[in-house]
Amino acid sequence: MTSQPLPTGTRDVLAGEMRELRAIESTLLGLFASRGYAEVATPTIEYQDAFARGAGPAGTATYRFLDESGSVLALRSDMTVPIARLAARRFAGADGPFRFAYSGSVFRRVRPQRGQLREMRQIGVELIGSPAPAGTAELIELLVASLDAIGLDRAVVGLGDADLFRQLLAELGVEDGRRDRILDRLAAHDLVAIEAEAGDLADLGEEQRATIVALAGLRGGPEVLERARGLGGAAIERASASLAETLGALEDAGIADRVQVDFGLLRDLGYYTGAILEVYDPAVGEAIGGGGRYDDLLGRFGSPRPAAGFALQLERLHVAQAAEQALRERQ
Amino acid sequence: MSSAGPRERRAGAALTLALPRGALFAGSLAMLDRAGFDTAGLRSDSRSLIFALDGLTIVTVRPADVPIYVESGAVDLGVTGKDVLAEQSDRDVYELVDLGFGRCRMALAARAGSSDLERAETRLGLMRIATKYPRTATAWFERMGRQAEVIEVKGSVELAPLVGLADGIVDLVDSGRTLAENGLEIVDEIAVCTARLIANRVAHKLRADEVDAIVKRLGEAAAG
Repeated sequence: MTSQPLPTGTRDVLAGEMRELRAIESTLLGLFASRGYAEVATPTIEYQDAFARGAGPAGTATYRFLDESGSVLALRSDMTVPIARLAARRFAGADGPFRFAYSGSVFRRVRPQRGQLREMRQIGVELIGSPAPAGTAELIELLVASLDAIGLDRAVVGLGDADLFRQLLAELGVEDGRRDRILDRLAAHDLVAIEAEAGDLADLGEEQRATIVALAGLRGGPEVLERARGLGGAAIERASASLAETLGALEDAGIADRVQVDFGLLRDLGYYTGAILEVYDPAVGEAIGGGGRYDDLLGRFGSPRPAAGFALQLERLHVAQAAEQALRERQ
Repeated sequence: MSSAGPRERRAGAALTLALPRGALFAGSLAMLDRAGFDTAGLRSDSRSLIFALDGLTIVTVRPADVPIYVESGAVDLGVTGKDVLAEQSDRDVYELVDLGFGRCRMALAARAGSSDLERAETRLGLMRIATKYPRTATAWFERMGRQAEVIEVKGSVELAPLVGLADGIVDLVDSGRTLAENGLEIVDEIAVCTARLIANRVAHKLRADEVDAIVKRLGEAAAG
């Protein structure tokens, strides 16, 4: 008999690994609960409409199938859209803010031959009804506490602004195809191509072209806020002021050194507005989590409220934890 | 030297740069020389895989392997050709600097003076194209709205049209001498490729100042 293969991008978890994954999960859910974030669950399947409505074109990376009446169902590709739907539908009339925690699998359609995961375990929170900057700061504080609680005290949170580049390009009169090409290059982290695209913007001055290129690579401590402001313009001023406000709150909480301001950060899940987050641990070569504000998302489900959340990739947290432990044992 | 893996690497250790052992190797060493690094050890020792330069750890790998070393975080930085990056366009790495050297053309070529491609396209509806760069070739024909059956080969691409495996080839062309020696000529230019400096996504964030310093130093050496 030949062995039965697994679909690519999926895996079995055996007892040793499962025990450690559960330990991380229970530590984090315990921490979330102690901060007032109670665990909720949403269905593994939703109508595809929910993802299309919540995330637009980004909501199409779902596995889809038909139910008995011909409606299109989707495996959830994301936890934020279902929880936003839940909050808009079940708590429409109630006073906020609401604090939700979750832990569960999400499923993404992947490009073949890439080794990308089709099923990922995500654990995270959503803070609904609390606007920036206080809501953002509360979220980042909890994120840093979460990383510390599982031994990732070297991990850093990248903090950027989802609207910055679109607004900057609009301000410079760069629109349509030219704007989309630059945003695509930014998403692909191709700074060489951004420089080439910017160089082709013949109607812009030398300084304006240089601003686009410089901003894409501008990241670091609070000092980069000043460097950004030096580049000028309304979009940069707005984003810098908003980042400075959040950073100020984090300084009061004593965790500003765990945050890196990143003007080139871009997360396009179709619903982010304002602050966006990405989480890095020096022991792992890829981001271990992310999040941000999604102040327009609940409105798409009929009950507008400011909101923000973060999701951590459970398996990557585990890889980072194991690596950090190995490092500590060597020292 | 000890090879502390990336996952155990200590903060404060030197940044690691992967160099391609191939056509771009000599140009990479010349660039490091211009940037003020002492590359004597790298030049004299062809067996070792890991070298310590002042403030930089160098590893040498096969050219096509540079992107995966960088994407995974096994190394922080890498030098690789745009041809390799284009072929592996789904590798999630930062492309930081066009280093300028190793300038080549990605080109469609066929038997000199023949109408092999034209005949295949007009009479048979599609061209058979042999290449080591199947994704680059497929994407270009797609963009041009032309039909091609792309045949991946691992080497000696020039042989394919001579013995009838393919009507033409897509390959990286430097001086054009290899093409000429095999009686082939360029029909269309697809892209110009140069060496690029790439960085791991996390290293680009967490070691921003060191990465920016190397970018500046190598960028100036490349321009100079």
